[in-house]
Amino acid sequence: MEAFTTHTGRAVPLRRSNVDTDQIIPAHWLKKVTRDGFEDGLFEAWRKDPEFVLNQERYKGATVLVAGPDFGTGSSREHAVWALQNYGFKAVISSRFADIFRGNSLKNGLLTVVLPQETVDRLQQLLEADPTAEVTVDLVGRQVRAEGISAGFELDENARWRLLEGLDDISLTLREESSIVEYEANRPPFKPRTLDV
Amino acid sequence: MGRTLAEKVWDDHVVRRAEGEPDLLFIDLHLLHEVTSPQAFDGLRKAGRQVRRTDLTIATEDHNTPTLDIDKPIADPVSRTQLETLRKNCAEFGVRLHPLGDVEQGVVHVVGPQLGLTQPGTTVVCGDSHTSTHGAFGALAFGIGTSQVEHVLATQTLPLAPFKTMAITVDGELPEGVTAKDLILAIIARIGTGGGQGYVLEYRGPAIEKLSMEARMTICNMSIEAGARAGMIAPDRTTFDYLQGRDHAPQGQEWDAAVAYWETLRTDEDAVFDAEVHIDASSLAPFVTWGTNPGQGAPLSASVPDPASYEDASERHAAEKALEYMGLTAGQPLRDITVDTVFVGSCTNGRIEDLRSAAQILEGRKVADGVRMLIVPGSVRVSLEAVAEGLDKVFTAAGAEWRHAGCSMCLGMNPDQLAPGERSASTSNRNFEGRQGKGGRTHLVSPQVAAATAVLGHLASPADLTATAGQSDVATPAGV
Ligand code: SF4
Repeated sequence: MEAFTTHTGRAVPLRRSNVDTDQIIPAHWLKKVTRDGFEDGLFEAWRKDPEFVLNQERYKGATVLVAGPDFGTGSSREHAVWALQNYGFKAVISSRFADIFRGNSLKNGLLTVVLPQETVDRLQQLLEADPTAEVTVDLVGRQVRAEGISAGFELDENARWRLLEGLDDISLTLREESSIVEYEANRPPFKPRTLDV
Repeated sequence: MGRTLAEKVWDDHVVRRAEGEPDLLFIDLHLLHEVTSPQAFDGLRKAGRQVRRTDLTIATEDHNTPTLDIDKPIADPVSRTQLETLRKNCAEFGVRLHPLGDVEQGVVHVVGPQLGLTQPGTTVVCGDSHTSTHGAFGALAFGIGTSQVEHVLATQTLPLAPFKTMAITVDGELPEGVTAKDLILAIIARIGTGGGQGYVLEYRGPAIEKLSMEARMTICNMSIEAGARAGMIAPDRTTFDYLQGRDHAPQGQEWDAAVAYWETLRTDEDAVFDAEVHIDASSLAPFVTWGTNPGQGAPLSASVPDPASYEDASERHAAEKALEYMGLTAGQPLRDITVDTVFVGSCTNGRIEDLRSAAQILEGRKVADGVRMLIVPGSVRVSLEAVAEGLDKVFTAAGAEWRHAGCSMCLGMNPDQLAPGERSASTSNRNFEGRQGKGGRTHLVSPQVAAATAVLGHLASPADLTATAGQSDVATPAGV
């Protein structure tokens, strides 16, 4: 996983609430068996509309998504995160994320930043007025900065440390091998097994 | 201080706990299907890792499987690739798989319980949000993303952040004709699609205790639609009776030891929930959705709401957008909404009791002209049981299509889809835009409402059928 310390880039305002994972990446894209190549499926239904913000020339190359509340609800598909990353997004800002989506994004190194709705509104206004405005997402200082806006954000220490170090979850857990073995040795025999032994 | 059911199950699975870090939890059962696993196996292979516990892992094919001509090669090359990839991965890593055509194949959340693998006090995960279904047994069961699937394959554990607990107490008794599906739709409409966020919900109270295992699964299945991490119901006699004798249920002395443990899995009297919701079951009626998220629902007797009546701006906007997408106008009675398609199936309502209740209504009746009705059993076992009871004959005699088991039109990854603008009454769990096919419009309903709707061609409850029959009984002789 790529480490995330601080990122500065142009941003897109997505003024919709309750954007669910079916909208982020429709189900028929889930048939792929790789982790890349999902960029064209991102918000596919809306991408047909030339007015849709991602289709507007002025937001081309943006790397930060400033979304409405309740972003990422619905299915647990991690493809939603890959689609955002494949498209080029490094961070998503919203006043509220669905739990599974947030967990998935942090695991993949896509930073999801929770800011008060009022700050999200101000960022969206700024970006609508000036599409060239840059937004900085600073994980070291836990701060989002843009012209005339500076807002702190919270992220639990452990998730932050992993992102900053770019640490992969599995290797971290495998350091606990002896605890896992000990737990396994003490599991009650009546627990279900899928294979006959 | 006492602990809740969820806290007890959690505590019993902690492999390692350290200050400032998420708990590392042991996973008792890992369910796999073709959609969310390929990238996880790919990750294992790249890192040179094995599946740590093949004896706690099981796979089935469900999302992409066709429900017709299952003996022919799958036409869609991408669906075929996903299924072939799963087969290859399971063979390579030694994972038990129930492929298309196998007697244990079916929707992953139907298969686990019917094999007796889903047991009280276990931790169950799957790369699928409706894993919450298994909470009906008093298991802590939740959907995970593909990175987590890989994590569980490699380590049989997951680092997990703590959750909050919410009690949803359902008092009273469900009125005649009101089902578990109506209850859960009403609960979601009450607490909202984000209302359960961060919580494990525990459904309790007399109305819940009275429910069958299958009805409990319907309730827990849709916990995720309220945004919850998981939903649970304390195991009791109903749970034990359901499990006893199933393939993977403990036997003999182990059964006794298991039951003794399972009986401890109740929320302590003095335990405190972080939030509490009370619902009066006796006030409920058949419930349907009118919008594009499962929280946008109302009693069948109501009308399409006026977006202007919402105080909250984002809810108002969401309602406006939903009505536009659904092609509905405010004030239109829900009963006047006509449908093109009726779907009975999915991990919410694709089990034998669901099929029985739909068949009971369809018996001796006909699906309305111009309406297509698909009956898709949740698993091959359910299908065989239905056939043994003659339910398939009832369905086909009524003009419905009796299909092979799978997810089917619940999400339209296989050929069973709505065409743009088509409208369905569906017993599944999600009415999102395009969920059942691009431009398709979905109304979530119970199997009973689905069957009555199929007969009348518009959203209806079984009570409407007898009302109509009564009228025509009187009308016919007078007309002759
Ligand atoms: S039946 Fe529907 S909700 Fe259930 S696992 Fe299949 S696609 Fe998901």
